Amino acid sequence: MTYAAKSLTQGRELIAFRIGDQEFCVNIMSVREIRGWTPATPMPHAPHYVLGVINLRGAVLPIIDMSLRLGMKPAEPTVRHVIIVAQVGQKAVGLLVDAVSDILTVTDDNVQPTPDIANEMTKNYARGILAIEGRMICMIELEALFPHIESEAA
Amino acid sequence: MDMNEIKEIFFQECEEQLAELESGLLKLNDGDRDPETVNAVFRAVHSIKGGAGAFGLDDLVSFAHVFETTLDCVRSNKLEPNQDVLKVMLKSADVLADLTNAARDGGSVDEARSKQLIRELEALANGEVPAASEAPASKPALASQAAAPAPAAAPAVNDEGFQPIPFSFDDFGDEEKPVAPFAPTCEILFHPKRELYSKGNEAALLLRDLSRIGEMSIRCDMDSLPLLEDMNPEEAYFSWKISLVTEKGEDAVRSVFEFAEWDCDLEVRTVEEDVEADAGDDELPMQPVPFDLSILDDGDAGATAEADEPAEKEPVAATENNVVPMAAAARAEAPKTETRSAPAAQQAAAAPAAAAASAAQAAAAAPTIRVDLDRVDRLINLVGELVINQAMLSQSVIENDNNGVSSINMGLEELQQLTREIQDSVMAIRAQPVKPVFQRMSRIVREIADVTGKSVRLVTEGENTEVDKTVIDKLAEPLTHMIRNAVDHGLESPEKREAAGKNPEGTVRLTAKHRSGRIVIELADDGGGINREKVRQKAIDNDLIAADANLSDEEIDNLIFHAGFSTADKISDISGRGVGMDVVKRSIQALGGRITISSKPGQGSVFTMSLPLTLAVLDGMVVTVAGQTLVVPLTAIVETLQPEASAIHSFGASQRLISIRNSFCPLVDVGRILNFRSTQANPVDGVALLVESEGGGQRALMVDAIQGQRQVVIKSLEANYTHVPGIAAATILGDGRVALILDVDAVVAASRGQSLKQEISLAATG
Repeated sequence: MTYAAKSLTQGRELIAFRIGDQEFCVNIMSVREIRGWTPATPMPHAPHYVLGVINLRGAVLPIIDMSLRLGMKPAEPTVRHVIIVAQVGQKAVGLLVDAVSDILTVTDDNVQPTPDIANEMTKNYARGILAIEGRMICMIELEALFPHIESEAA
Repeated sequence: MDMNEIKEIFFQECEEQLAELESGLLKLNDGDRDPETVNAVFRAVHSIKGGAGAFGLDDLVSFAHVFETTLDCVRSNKLEPNQDVLKVMLKSADVLADLTNAARDGGSVDEARSKQLIRELEALANGEVPAASEAPASKPALASQAAAPAPAAAPAVNDEGFQPIPFSFDDFGDEEKPVAPFAPTCEILFHPKRELYSKGNEAALLLRDLSRIGEMSIRCDMDSLPLLEDMNPEEAYFSWKISLVTEKGEDAVRSVFEFAEWDCDLEVRTVEEDVEADAGDDELPMQPVPFDLSILDDGDAGATAEADEPAEKEPVAATENNVVPMAAAARAEAPKTETRSAPAAQQAAAAPAAAAASAAQAAAAAPTIRVDLDRVDRLINLVGELVINQAMLSQSVIENDNNGVSSINMGLEELQQLTREIQDSVMAIRAQPVKPVFQRMSRIVREIADVTGKSVRLVTEGENTEVDKTVIDKLAEPLTHMIRNAVDHGLESPEKREAAGKNPEGTVRLTAKHRSGRIVIELADDGGGINREKVRQKAIDNDLIAADANLSDEEIDNLIFHAGFSTADKISDISGRGVGMDVVKRSIQALGGRITISSKPGQGSVFTMSLPLTLAVLDGMVVTVAGQTLVVPLTAIVETLQPEASAIHSFGASQRLISIRNSFCPLVDVGRILNFRSTQANPVDGVALLVESEGGGQRALMVDAIQGQRQVVIKSLEANYTHVPGIAAATILGDGRVALILDVDAVVAASRGQSLKQEISLAATG
């Protein structure tokens, strides 16, 4: 049972962020910090959603365009964009998102299963849907989003 | 903490003890007769034995026990540590190291070898001398003799047909006694007053200083010591009576007490009569207290086994016991009768040994702590970040502040100095002396000398030169290879050497020193030098050069670094597998180093390695490629040049060559290889970096512009990302941005048609 799934049953805090007009959330325990956008150094031969690497207090941190990774259009980073520094396995990764919108405390009751209509890709990482104050927030499992990192750490 | 952890600590300590053991034995081998050296060696073996016993490592215990017994004979002057004895002991140290490793990692040891050594050690302990060496014991100038080679004896000890010859130890002591020069004895009565202690002086330290100027024995008078309830902790109750055998005279003795003279009762007189007789008609009712501190930390090692407990001493002295160097203890510990009857060599050696001891103590006394390497690395990372941040801060202050507020600027400058200083000190934490590697080499030399039947002496210099730990770890392998080569190929056989009028014992000299921010390690042998005719012929036979090639001596020497080159007539176990020097060169280059060779026929060869002090920083050329900043390691770059249109020639569909001094060199567009641009750039607009790659071939790397040259801190890409083909690592520039460090070998390999592109993705599928 992964950490994200375990916390689900116990009712834990999630951090919600916005990409375009959609909202997503991840387990707050995997988030190390949130920082502003700084230009990244492009990496050769990297997947298209890897924007490059930045300097995070001496560590080299890869930056992922979450919009592209989730199958939407490429982000056009501005100073208003933020980078969520998340821990996936043993590695740190920076997630470029439009904005951080909320910190949520949820219990099992708030979580609805991912609807059938979602495509295969979404099914891979989506772990349910939250309905909060009329908004719909999709819960993401980072380990599923970056299995490569996870497997290397394991 | 579970048992395995404790065991791991034991093995770590074993390593230290083994190093101590070996360096002690080597010191003895060089003629050092300081009893403290013998004691250190003894302690090392004893500690290993003790620890091994606790973990039930029986093989280790039984071997260490025999070894210890023999060492005890040396310690108690029953066995003269001459060259032959030390040869056996050095081999025993090797076996002890093997046994320790076997106990740690499993695996087996050469039992025949350890059994053979146990026999030899026991023979030594029983007063038998190795076959070919009755002679040394009767020679008076042993200390200087020991340093000289004993070539004839060397092979004899190794022989399986070891012949013990019964030998009586009465031979030296008594014979030597009449001729032994007798240094005058100083009788010193030293009674400190309480003021001496209150002024921060310390009797034990004064006594230690005394011990350095001669052979000393001490008696402590404790009669004035009151009962515990009456005792004033600040009062001085003890006095000492010291007999000092010294040639330096009363003045030297008085100068020791120079600053304490007013706070103590001091009597110094020189007596010509026998020390012992004097001690006999003692006017003061003194009780002898052995100054044996080693029993404090050494269990049953106190061979003198006096009943008097150190605890009986004056409180002040007792608490300070730890700071009294063992040398003082050791010298005082030897019973006077034995001192008198000991070989003259010991007395003769005492004075220089005392001088050496003070130097050795300075080196040994510094306290150390064990720190996890990860913690140090984290600190280094943070400091690196601090330096970058400080640079960024300075830059933004300068940009935003046109008024030039001098206080801010001054503050920034001070900050800059501080950060530099912190960086240097933190880097120094990782720096370690090269000593352990050098010590390992002495074993290699011993083994190889045995196999080849050559007689070799390894001289090391500058073993305290410090360099980053990672460099040290990676140095051992190439160095081993080179040492083997030096002994196997470099040095001639003893007969040939004698025929050439050289000392039949060859010398290999290993030197380390700092030079302009790098460490330079030199390996010199006094052998025959490189046989250039043979090298040349071999190169022609192997199609490395044309038969009529006109090569300078230097070029011929450098041929030995070519892959698949070996001049040894017969391929031996040791070297000559043809993977020798090219492997060495490659591993040195992988460390960011260079290796050069110089050789004089008949006089030997010198290999010089120049290595960076740390692998955490790298000298790089900062270049621009397709708008990106890249760093090219400086060690790879041979030269830089501005290509002219006339020098560029198309070759095939997409290949281009550049002509440099009439030779053609493939042109590699770095931007294209790294996929930074889709079409090849025009070479005339850029700069070409001529690089030499691992394979030996040259390539011209095309970049857009050169920004400059600077030292960069290496950052791992793999820590949070993954390995990227063509990129060795990353670094952070002064503006805080990440720049990638080019992997020149991979780029060159890619240009040869091997694909650089390998599927890398953070996610399995999109």
